[in-house]
Amino acid sequence: MYTETQVIKETKEGELVINMGPQHPATHGVLHLVITLDGETIKKIEPHLGYIHRSIEKMSESLNYRQFIYVTSRMDYLSAHINNLACAMNVEKAMQIEVPKRASVIRVLMSELTRIASHELWLGAMAMDLGAFTPFFYTFRERELITDIMEETCGARLTMNYIVPGGLMYDLHPDFQQKVKAFVKQFKQKVTEFEDLVTNNVIFQARTKGVGILSREDAISYGCSGPVARASGVSCDIRKIYPYEGYDTVEFDEVLDTAGDSFARYIIRVKEMNQSIRIIEQLIDNIPEGDTQAKMKAVIKPPKGEFYTRVETARGELGVYIVSEGGMTPYRVKYRSPGFSNLSALDHMARGSKIGDLMATMGTLDLVIPDIDR
Amino acid sequence: MFSLEGITNTIQNWLYSTFDPTFALLIECAIVILLAIGLFAALGLVLVLMERKVAAHIQIRLGPNRVGPGGMFQTVADTIKLILKEGLVPDLADKFLFNLAPFVVMIVAMLLLAPIAFAKNFQIWDINIGVLYVSAVSSLSVIGILMAGWASNNKYSLLGAMRSGAQIVSYELSAGLSVLTVVVLTGSLQISDIIASQADGWWLFKGHIPVIIAFVIFIIAVTAETNRAPFDLAEAESELTAGFHTEYSGMRFALFFLAEYINIFIVCAIGATLFLGGWMPLHIGHWEGFNHIMDYIPSSIWFMGKTFFLIFLIMWFRWTFPRLRVDQLLNLEWKYLLPISMLNIILVTVIAILGWHF
Repeated sequence: MYTETQVIKETKEGELVINMGPQHPATHGVLHLVITLDGETIKKIEPHLGYIHRSIEKMSESLNYRQFIYVTSRMDYLSAHINNLACAMNVEKAMQIEVPKRASVIRVLMSELTRIASHELWLGAMAMDLGAFTPFFYTFRERELITDIMEETCGARLTMNYIVPGGLMYDLHPDFQQKVKAFVKQFKQKVTEFEDLVTNNVIFQARTKGVGILSREDAISYGCSGPVARASGVSCDIRKIYPYEGYDTVEFDEVLDTAGDSFARYIIRVKEMNQSIRIIEQLIDNIPEGDTQAKMKAVIKPPKGEFYTRVETARGELGVYIVSEGGMTPYRVKYRSPGFSNLSALDHMARGSKIGDLMATMGTLDLVIPDIDR
Repeated sequence: MFSLEGITNTIQNWLYSTFDPTFALLIECAIVILLAIGLFAALGLVLVLMERKVAAHIQIRLGPNRVGPGGMFQTVADTIKLILKEGLVPDLADKFLFNLAPFVVMIVAMLLLAPIAFAKNFQIWDINIGVLYVSAVSSLSVIGILMAGWASNNKYSLLGAMRSGAQIVSYELSAGLSVLTVVVLTGSLQISDIIASQADGWWLFKGHIPVIIAFVIFIIAVTAETNRAPFDLAEAESELTAGFHTEYSGMRFALFFLAEYINIFIVCAIGATLFLGGWMPLHIGHWEGFNHIMDYIPSSIWFMGKTFFLIFLIMWFRWTFPRLRVDQLLNLEWKYLLPISMLNIILVTVIAILGWHF
């Protein structure tokens, strides 16, 4: 942290240092940005983390292989299901278990629903960062349907805890298919509302086009992933490159753009929602019958070794790295979270722009602070 | 029809016959002040409730509906809460200016109520330079905002106040020029003359396209001048937390809040007076029967209806558009609105000289 004398020493004549956060409407959590301003122009941004550090990695190391999965729901709470999936996949990889086909398909369906819910929340929150309050309520109307489906099936709306190593906690609710179909129908009708209200809005385009540009080279060197990197033209969709859980059997496109500005990142996420809908439509009528759990021993003891899995969350690439000593609990757990690398590019993207541009840039990075600061 | 002149004249005659002239004048002043303060409070309550209901309607929700029938007393309860709250003053703030700023903003808003004609013959002060008075006084509110931003000793407040200064000073020009179009057509700055000139039709309809352009520019400029979204950069919740009134709490904050809504009412009232005929009913040329029926609707309802329609427009903007960036805001004014208004006023002058308007 800065002490007062440090700030004065490092600040030149006419520069203003403001602390944005940890309590600030636009940081969506407890992110603390120390911003050096020259008038309204940003000279430097320094993110400070640690306000919501819960030592999730250490906690994971002291829980057994069935338990530690659910701690990760609290990392990127908007893609809680996908985080759980990454951990379960890692354990399955270590134990060399084949997941039943039915469980696999349901996992993919749930992942895509989670992705849509996350992007919907992001869309509303980002529009709110730019000063438009109304889209928030429209996106939450559709998101509500997804959380209702989740509640009915998993018993929780945000941290679902639906996945166990080897399959699913329990089978689907009988209403699941019908409700998902109703959601898909409504979403397809209402997605045009976002186009009218946000995408085609002149002010919105003026605020986001050409703002916070991240070049392809920079995106790679900062280690960006997810929609942020894809908007800069980096093909990095884990679902395409290293398909898991049968993503190679469904048809969908990896959405790419080359502009690298905030508007491109916005468009990428909107198109990704449509791709997720496409995946759901292909799978919803073709859920195979069968078991939802593979047969496993009650106590999981993976062999000695190192295991790494990666999945595509709503924000980008999530890696789970586990070192096993052959015991009941992992020896070391490390999460590679997408938000952390994406945040590191913020300073580079926002330098020289106005404070208003920072909101557009930060908004389209889609930062979830508990994901960055585990 | 429905003139309030009778009542006001009776009161005046009774006062002057009972007391000596100086004392009667003082009593009249007191009555006017009480009325103005009452109107001020009532408008604040109604407009805040209206904003919340309009916002709720646009955002597919219900809005306040717990306190009183349909949530009617929600704003009253909120006001009581704000009055009872402790008004904190930051330690290093300039205490005198910090306390003075909300009152400057509010006094400016109150002064602006003076020349507005609420109904036929119901006007506090029919000054002969009415339009000029409004333009002059409304630009004073920027002093209060700058004062608040500077005295708070908060960087967000300072940034907000500087933005507000740049914004109000710029948009004052367009607002002034668009108001001038009507002045050119009427040939008078007096509010009552301007309303009287619209007896056979409102200027928006009589004045051809230039007046419509002026009307649109006027609405944009006053939205910016009252710091409303999409031009709410001075507050810019997601950027500057609350801009110039970040450090204000309790009743001092309530005064800023109230002044914002009163300012909206005033600019909309001015817009309704200049372009939509004020309290004048809708008259169409020589349709005597139609005009006669329209006269049966009281003039105060005409005035309030027009004003609240414009207020609704401004609220609609707020809940639809994202916010502009500060440089885009100034570009819009200096590169687009100002040149257009200047050309427009030349056009209107030509029309007025040649007598091409209806």
